[in-house]
Amino acid sequence: MKKIRDLFYFFFQSTKGLILLGITAISVITAIWGTLSGPMIEWGVKDITVKLLGLDLESVERSGRIIMLYHVIAMIVTSIEVYMITSIVPMRKHQRTNINGTITVGWITAMIFGMAFGYFGHNYFYHGLFLVGQSLIFFAGIQLAVALYPWRKHFLVENKEYAHTKSGYDIERIAFFIMAVSMLISAGFGAVTGSFWSNGHETFLAEDLIRQPDKTALQKSIIGHLHIMLTLIAVAITLIVGRWMDFKGKLHKFAMPIMIFGIIVISGGVWSVVWTHMAHTFIYIGSTFVMFAALLLVIYAWGKIIKDRIAEQGLEKPSFGQKFKALFHDPIKFGPFWQMVFMNFTVSGVGIFMAVKLEEIFRVWPAREERITLTGHWHILAALIATIILMYYIDIAGIKGKLRKWLGWTIIIGSDIAFAAMTIMSMKRLFVTEYYQTPLVNWTMLATDFGLGIILVILAGVLGWRLIDLFKSDNLWSKESASPELELERTAVLTKQGRDAIKKEMEI
Amino acid sequence: MRSSKYFLITIILFSAFNLYAEKPFKYIETGVDPDSWAVIPAGEFYAGQHQSIENIDYDFEIMITDVTNEQFANYLNEALEKRTIYAKNDTVWGYHPGDPFDAYLHEWEIPAGDYPHVPLNNPGLRLDYNNGKFSAKAGYENHPMVEVSWFGAKAYADFYGYRLPTELEWEKAARGIGTNDYPWGNTVERNQANFLSSHNLFTKMFGDVVKTTPVGFYNGKSYNGYQTIEGISPYGLYDIVGNVYQWMGDDYPKVHYRYMRGGSYQSYEYSLRVWPRNSAGPEYTSMAVGFRCARDMSTELLKN
Repeated sequence: MKKIRDLFYFFFQSTKGLILLGITAISVITAIWGTLSGPMIEWGVKDITVKLLGLDLESVERSGRIIMLYHVIAMIVTSIEVYMITSIVPMRKHQRTNINGTITVGWITAMIFGMAFGYFGHNYFYHGLFLVGQSLIFFAGIQLAVALYPWRKHFLVENKEYAHTKSGYDIERIAFFIMAVSMLISAGFGAVTGSFWSNGHETFLAEDLIRQPDKTALQKSIIGHLHIMLTLIAVAITLIVGRWMDFKGKLHKFAMPIMIFGIIVISGGVWSVVWTHMAHTFIYIGSTFVMFAALLLVIYAWGKIIKDRIAEQGLEKPSFGQKFKALFHDPIKFGPFWQMVFMNFTVSGVGIFMAVKLEEIFRVWPAREERITLTGHWHILAALIATIILMYYIDIAGIKGKLRKWLGWTIIIGSDIAFAAMTIMSMKRLFVTEYYQTPLVNWTMLATDFGLGIILVILAGVLGWRLIDLFKSDNLWSKESASPELELERTAVLTKQGRDAIKKEMEI
Repeated sequence: MRSSKYFLITIILFSAFNLYAEKPFKYIETGVDPDSWAVIPAGEFYAGQHQSIENIDYDFEIMITDVTNEQFANYLNEALEKRTIYAKNDTVWGYHPGDPFDAYLHEWEIPAGDYPHVPLNNPGLRLDYNNGKFSAKAGYENHPMVEVSWFGAKAYADFYGYRLPTELEWEKAARGIGTNDYPWGNTVERNQANFLSSHNLFTKMFGDVVKTTPVGFYNGKSYNGYQTIEGISPYGLYDIVGNVYQWMGDDYPKVHYRYMRGGSYQSYEYSLRVWPRNSAGPEYTSMAVGFRCARDMSTELLKN
């Protein structure tokens, strides 16, 4: 009984357990639902999954199912980020407990009933509970924004190496706060449109509207919603891994205001897409700032990785080669920042190229080809974020030695092969004519499946290991329960004013 | 070690080139006459994914198959003779009177002038052009005509007094008055239409590059032991979805695009539902894009 209670505590109250729970849920969904698309259809795997699970795949409901699937996955990813944020950004304990509790009930409810509604028959009881789950997540978001509120003197920067205002307010905390508030407003864009469902608004996939000359305000609102949500999820993970790396110093002080400005401009730009074509200009400007802030983080992180390894080796005057080698010593720390750089080749670069050559190239291709490029583009961004979370989790789980290296390099190489192949496939008409495209499509699809496949195998291995660990006597999860929060340097500390406020609260 | 490396490279190169190899094959008779037309009666029907009720208040006819290579080759010879088209620089050209232009965002102006109909140097084209005469490549006579631009498809239709169907006409012809997702029901079997994962034995038997099937192939007949299911619309149209996309006749304001319907051998099954659209500029050609024609009811038919 005690063990069950302890396990329950680990999975539902410790940050490390909650992250593991979220990753497990996404892995299971990805492993099963991944068999319903792409080459899995051609190989006949889809038919097996459909029969085994008794899925109800009404053809007319396909768009709705896809929307449900990525909402469920996105909400779990967002929840994992929230778990990380509540652990790494100083806040009161009860706030952390409330936020994590609310969001956990939220995503589990949304996942179970959302997937049931999408794939096991339309029952509006399921849909209602899916909305309840979503609402709880939104409510947790409001609580998070309140907890992160940065202009209170309860948590101030003491170590002046972290970005701070003259009064000692934590600028990184401001960035987290602005990101959270932007995300809430952006979620509202989706929610308001969703409330018009079947009442002036009908289900659609954004990629199907690309060449429609006039879009309704509701359609524009949804298109803005999905773009900004993914962007802010990317911003959140950037801020999180920045803290993991103990981002500080001049680059931190320079990057944080830039990041804040970028978030505000890009969010405002995306929201304004409902009203003005100028929105894209704002989005480009905001993106430039956000990406520049991320670049500063990459520079800092790689420098720190080199410095830490050199110090570990005790080298006083390291050569260029030794520094270079040091950078690649720990793929789990090198990887997330490499993925941010790699993103420029497969996501940002492609996006900019598409924007510049839209009329000349992409609008000459049939809509289906443009659609493939667009969907490939944001699938890759989402998957890159997933690999960054996965690498951070491997660090959180304390995996060390050769296994850490094998896992790290396999994730980096596997995912990059997959993303590069997918980018080449989606841009195939730049390289080969249609007549000769079949071999290119076949090989790139094979490379994509190989790359993603080995990552899924790794993930299954890690989760299998964690499952076995639950039944061991000297196990990892009990150690993690003893130290449930993420171990890293925090930017701000509790002030006397904060301590007094907590004391006063307890008296009441 | 070195020899195994060379062996591996040889295998990869061999397999890559083997995929390019297009093997000759025999003509396959399906028994479906591409010169046949079906009558689509006037009346209301359900259009689109969300099944909005639309009305077509006139009867019309539509070809029961896509236009074949043989039909198009015959047309080219006739049109060349009558000088409505001409071949120059490896391309068949013809005149188009231009489109209304709204100067809208992303819209291209299509002024009056000569536009490409068929690129003759494209390996995907299933026509031969020798001594000023066109003919269908052996074995491809009854495959759908591909590598034809919207201008080319429209010119064919205009030449015989037909027209390209509008999207609404096409959708009614494909779906009938019911609410099915596919022309025959709510699911599609692999031996019912030609789509990306249909694995038709025809493709396997005759090489990877040959992707189209003869018009009317999915008619319930067995070909060398490959049993097909009849994949027809409520009005008896073959290949109305799958095989090749079909150019539509609509020219909408604010865009220069022309729309295509029906999905093709390059599409997953969900693109074969009756509502998804594809689009491209009117000069676009592809191995997966063809067309069929519609026409107003003849006076004789109307009398009957």
